[in-house]
Amino acid sequence: MSELLIELFSEEIPARMQGKAAEDLRSLITNGLVAAGLTYEGARQHATPRRLVLSVEGLGEKAKDTVEERKGPRVDAPQAAIDGFLKSTGLALEQLNTQDDKKGQFYTATIKRAGRTTTDVVAELLPKVIREFPWPKSMRWGSGSLRWVRPLHSIICTFDGAVVPLEVDGIKSSNVTRGHRFLSVGEISVKRFEDYDAALHKRHVMVDEQARLQAIRHDAKNLAMAQGLELIEDEALLKEVSGLVEWPVVLMGEFDERYLSVPPEVIITTIKNNQKCFNLRGPGGKLANKYILVSNQIAVDGGKEIIRGNNKVIAARLSDAKFFWDQDRKVKLEDLLPKLDAITFHAKLGSQGERVKRIEALAGEIAKTIGADVAKAQLAAKLCKADLVSGMVGEFPELQGLMGRYIALEQGVDAEVADAIRDHYKPQGPSDTIPVSKVGQAVALADKLDTLVGFWAIGETPTGSKDPYALRRAALGVIRMIIENKTKLGLMSTVSSADSKLTFELSRITGMVDWHGKQVNQQHVDLLAFFADRLKVYLKDQGARHDLIDAVFALGGQDDLLMVTRRVAALSNFLATDDGKNLLAGVKRASNILKIEEKKDNKVYRGDVNPGQLIKGEEKSLHSAISQASALARKAVEAEDFEGAMKAIAKLRVPVDEFFEGVTVNDKDATFRENRLRLLNRIREAVAEVADFSKIEG
Amino acid sequence: MALQPGKSFQDLILTLHNYWSDKGCVILQPYDMEVGAGTFHPATTLRSVGPRPWRAAYVQPSRRPKDGRYGENPNRLQHYYQYQVIMKPSPPDLQEMYLGSLKAIGLDPMLHDIRFAEDDWESPTLGAAGLGWEVWCDGMEVSQFTYFQQMGGMECNPVSGELSYGLERLAMYVQDVDNVYDLNFNGRDGLDKISYGDVFLQAEQEYSRYNFEEADTAALFSRFAECEKECQALLAKNLDGNKPTLALPAYDQCIKASHTFNLLDARGVISVTERQAYIARVRELAKACCVAWSNTAGGRA
Repeated sequence: MSELLIELFSEEIPARMQGKAAEDLRSLITNGLVAAGLTYEGARQHATPRRLVLSVEGLGEKAKDTVEERKGPRVDAPQAAIDGFLKSTGLALEQLNTQDDKKGQFYTATIKRAGRTTTDVVAELLPKVIREFPWPKSMRWGSGSLRWVRPLHSIICTFDGAVVPLEVDGIKSSNVTRGHRFLSVGEISVKRFEDYDAALHKRHVMVDEQARLQAIRHDAKNLAMAQGLELIEDEALLKEVSGLVEWPVVLMGEFDERYLSVPPEVIITTIKNNQKCFNLRGPGGKLANKYILVSNQIAVDGGKEIIRGNNKVIAARLSDAKFFWDQDRKVKLEDLLPKLDAITFHAKLGSQGERVKRIEALAGEIAKTIGADVAKAQLAAKLCKADLVSGMVGEFPELQGLMGRYIALEQGVDAEVADAIRDHYKPQGPSDTIPVSKVGQAVALADKLDTLVGFWAIGETPTGSKDPYALRRAALGVIRMIIENKTKLGLMSTVSSADSKLTFELSRITGMVDWHGKQVNQQHVDLLAFFADRLKVYLKDQGARHDLIDAVFALGGQDDLLMVTRRVAALSNFLATDDGKNLLAGVKRASNILKIEEKKDNKVYRGDVNPGQLIKGEEKSLHSAISQASALARKAVEAEDFEGAMKAIAKLRVPVDEFFEGVTVNDKDATFRENRLRLLNRIREAVAEVADFSKIEG
Repeated sequence: MALQPGKSFQDLILTLHNYWSDKGCVILQPYDMEVGAGTFHPATTLRSVGPRPWRAAYVQPSRRPKDGRYGENPNRLQHYYQYQVIMKPSPPDLQEMYLGSLKAIGLDPMLHDIRFAEDDWESPTLGAAGLGWEVWCDGMEVSQFTYFQQMGGMECNPVSGELSYGLERLAMYVQDVDNVYDLNFNGRDGLDKISYGDVFLQAEQEYSRYNFEEADTAALFSRFAECEKECQALLAKNLDGNKPTLALPAYDQCIKASHTFNLLDARGVISVTERQAYIARVRELAKACCVAWSNTAGGRA
């Protein structure tokens, strides 16, 4: 059992692609080895900015010999067919066997293949893997035609310590590589991963990305601690930074204390996103005027120049930020509003200024419905986009909302309003929280509903994987705010109201339709269906059964998402009880009988049951039970007491069971038959107070 | 006298000239037209098209009307110098050559932290795209390093390697000044010293006013249309019997259209939607010029 070592040495690989590329290399190579009939014990992959590395251990030297039996044409088949078979098997006619079956005699071939050597397999496999490597983005260079993420310079490929000879676009495999770009001179020869790893470590390359990551974390914490500071940890940044260096050298830089007057998020963003450096906290949790940088160089002056340079860049950026902050604070948010008129939100949906006016009006209405302070919600909505034209957001777009809050607080705007300005973009994804205050929720709901209604009005709705305006996220945000906060909001009327605020000319694609007794725009029915779909995805993630969600939506007219989820929950609980299960079976039985008979008679059995024609005790008691249960259930539903409604419906279980036991529906007497079929229909109608049972599985 | 790239702006340029001359580059002078970046010089745009090997280096004054700050911002200019190197096909040791150039101007890689950070380049106006990095020196972007994959909508084969240095920024770093106008231009001291501000401050003030306030937009709109029309007309006559081709004069009109658009953009008279349409119009011209060039005696194999 031997080891295969591969190193693909190139110019700098983007940090974000390294991990996946190393994994792809491992799976493509090991899958290829297994497909060739080889076995191995383990494989490890690594990535640095300049190399992808794979070692496969416990790899056999030769694949197993194989024997394949293949059935050929009949012996009396045309010569061309027989020749074709000989060609495909590589055998001569006298090497074939014959066999009999019902239709006559046919040829069979026994193809024996000697297992190929691992060296042969790898020499063929690796060039193919390199040529077809699934980089998210790749390029050509020089005069060659090979594609790689950046120019590929050399390939190490050794098996059991010996070079596996192969060539890709003029690059010949070898056992030679280079160390750190600056801290190592010349080439090194290697045999296996163990000596490869050790030789590179000596030449200032940590091959293992985890080792680099741990080194950075460890050194950064120590450096911080020595200064009485605390590292603000950031796993994503740590991972990225360890993909930018082969030999991490952790240093500490600093900036002028006066920049600490700028909101901390601005400083953190600058240092982290632009400079890929770590922020530090001082005692008491306040942001410190020092930071951690990770260089790829053991500089001859101990890093003084490197620190000086980084400090200079950060100072220039913070000086810009401070300039913007000082300027932005001077202008009242309200005075920025006219500038929003000049910013196009979408060519067909008008300017940000127009949008803000719509959101303001809608936020007021929503605030009233959900019990938030109307005046505060309107003010927050009015000011929520003003920071888009501030200098700071122009420079740091990711600070939108947050800057609005800071500027608002500086200018004495109410704290709840200021928070709502920051929070109205929330939730930005499944892991983000919803706005804390009702005022924030009102503005966030208005912002998202205006967006959704607008894009529906111009027909730019998500299709397949395309959702350029993140409308699914917006809808999910609305759903989460409604459900997590137990907010009652009739979506159809809110959507209509949002739509009525679209003042510009729209060529409506669709007309008005009847929606449960109301005239509404077809687009809004579609939008509601979109919400229903999103809610299904959301509830499914929470563990709800999709058929129960369907059963509730099938009731029609469901635009109160909170009520829908409550119904689903109540139904789910009910169906978990014996009463629920049996009643479901009874209802299904009634529906099935109806379905068959209605089809047979080509008519629908609706309408009132004639009590005078009920003769058997079981049908009489079922009839009165249904009347009572329906009335009780309806009352409970109206009071939004879905558990109560389920309880009322549950009372039908015994009479339904007894009915089926004691009464023949398809009576010879046509009048009795029809009356009983109507009674079955009444069961269906009664349970429809809580859900459409036909959608429920089982 | 030995060059002092760490003390004088012009010595920085001369050092780079010497360095790249030594690497076999044709040392060209700036193209005599207003362009937004060194890439627009026909020595890069057109020469990166087609099969012929090519190596050139030059300084290109670049105009970005929108970046003007009336001489009040220490880092932003509406007119600045780019140092541009193009090598076709890209040599295998281009990274090493580039690092050598940094060393030549006083950025010793053993003293500094030099990093190649992913940054793919795209020019919608030129229909061009490439993969590469921005090169960081101690956390500061000092160059753009690109392997051209596409130019004028055409696949680049062979691939050119393009290096683009922001000279003012680099000079500020090696001279250790915080304000671009404080750069020492001629490397002299005392009364003999001429600063970057002495050379360009007045121009920055005047052009900022012109770019943002005074440029005649009506004239610019019609100039854009005229350039576009003439470019197309020249291309239509490009392969006319035995006469010389007209790819280069046509490309001049494309450059003019592009700069005219930049001025209109700075004047704020182009809406967001129109913006894309204007960029697409320039791109169509650039593409047609690149195709035309690839069919000339100078551009083809």
